[in-house]
Amino acid sequence: MTLTKDESGAGTPDADDSYTPSQRRIERERVKRARARRATAIAAVSTLVTAVVLYLVVVSAPGWPRTKETFFNGQYAGEAFPKVLEGLWLNVRLLLICGVAVLVLGMLIAIARTLRGPVFFPLRFLAAAYTDFFRGLPLIINLMIVVLGVPALRLQGVTVDPVLLGGTALTLTYSAYVAEVFRAGIESVHPSQRAAARSLGLSNRQALRHVVLPQAVRRQVPPLLNDLVSLQKDTGLVSIGGAIDAVRAADIIVGRSLNYTPYIVAGLVFVALTIPMTRFTDWVTARMDRQRAQGGTT
Amino acid sequence: MSDAPVLRMESVRKTFGGSVVLRDVDLEVAPHTVTALIGASGSGKSTLLRCANLLEEIDDGAIWLDGEEITDPRVDQDAVRRRIGVVFQAYNLFPHMTVLENITLAPRRVHGVARAEAEEHARELLERLGLGDKAGEYPDRLSGGQQQRVAIVRALAVRPRLLLLDEITAALDPELVGEVLNVVRDLKGDGMTMMLATHEMGFAREVADQVCFLDAGVVLERGTAGQIFGDPQQERTQRFLKRIVEAGRL
Repeated sequence: MTLTKDESGAGTPDADDSYTPSQRRIERERVKRARARRATAIAAVSTLVTAVVLYLVVVSAPGWPRTKETFFNGQYAGEAFPKVLEGLWLNVRLLLICGVAVLVLGMLIAIARTLRGPVFFPLRFLAAAYTDFFRGLPLIINLMIVVLGVPALRLQGVTVDPVLLGGTALTLTYSAYVAEVFRAGIESVHPSQRAAARSLGLSNRQALRHVVLPQAVRRQVPPLLNDLVSLQKDTGLVSIGGAIDAVRAADIIVGRSLNYTPYIVAGLVFVALTIPMTRFTDWVTARMDRQRAQGGTT
Repeated sequence: MSDAPVLRMESVRKTFGGSVVLRDVDLEVAPHTVTALIGASGSGKSTLLRCANLLEEIDDGAIWLDGEEITDPRVDQDAVRRRIGVVFQAYNLFPHMTVLENITLAPRRVHGVARAEAEEHARELLERLGLGDKAGEYPDRLSGGQQQRVAIVRALAVRPRLLLLDEITAALDPELVGEVLNVVRDLKGDGMTMMLATHEMGFAREVADQVCFLDAGVVLERGTAGQIFGDPQQERTQRFLKRIVEAGRL
């Protein structure tokens, strides 16, 4: 059997080295550069004006001197910063552990919801009920119930550690979100992919494992990272149980000094922690969009 | 050709909602023969193929593969599908796998073939179909014709008893149709038993041992390619073929 190798697609390498840009092109590029310079200048001026106006509005506010003292006090900031950083380590650990637990649990729930067959009815039902409940329940209420309610039961052998309980509450809520993200991904894989897998003799489970899930997870990376960013800052909520995280560390100083600067410090630290993650998410999303643009999959 | 049929359908009926898609379909596919299903869009060609592979459940009638009734609900459907290869109109390659991974997935996971052996067989088949240098590519880097040939290799890699081809050139640019049809010609030469739904009448006429004309879910006329294309008996068949000839497709 001999079949010719066919075309390699559009576009040939520019082998013609004798090319020199025409006058027309040079002129066109000059205009484009001039326009770009102008755009940059306008952006700079506009940014400066906005900043100055904002500054003046804030500084000229009647309560500004008082606010400055209470929220932007350099001395308290210096005092709070190391304590907040120390507390932040707890947030980071919570993020890592809860993040993994959430991904695993979320995936299991999502798979449970897509199982077919009458045997799996109770599992499907439980998974659906779980996601409905925990997506609707405000996280703060979930935390209070778990962190304050569970110790009140005085159960033998059950922890009263606010960190463990807070982490549990976070995992419960976020697993529901993440399960829905995974489920949306599973359902976004075209049925023809499953049909192709089944036609090759793969069982339902094998089709899910080798064909559907890999595509589903890949597609859902951006929304998953988004949820992880969200989880990262919500780890600050475990402070309500008394765990000494970044927020609680700030809280302690505020309670002692009646100055709110530590809260600002804690807030900025969280933002600083979140920004790399957000940028990473953007980068991954952009990369995936580019890949999709290169060759759409039918 | 006196051997027992590879595939036999008897009184097969299939409905979607209220509409009857297949009505009393009887069909036999002898070993090493090619059966072409022709007919207008919506006449039930694709559904018939999907039923044969149990991707659709039939409402009534029965289907046998090598003498075993595969429409018996107690039959292991996965085991049945392992013996039937399918090539789809839209290729349905797995976009997250390379060409080689696409092809070796079923041999490795379903048939338990060792990786090295599966890959060797895959490369052999790719080489034969002129795709030897594409093993490491992802499907979206290939032309439609190349993707469809990979899909054929993927279906062949499990050494199926029967190959079902569902309008495999319908999504291709005209200049790429030939390379795919060539593959089917060669497979026929190798003795592969095939059933194909097609709009390529010239090709059906050339390659098919048996041609079935489907109209509104009924096999209206069945015969050799010479009979159906040369001397159609049914008025509807005549009209269908006349339209095809007028459209310059035959």
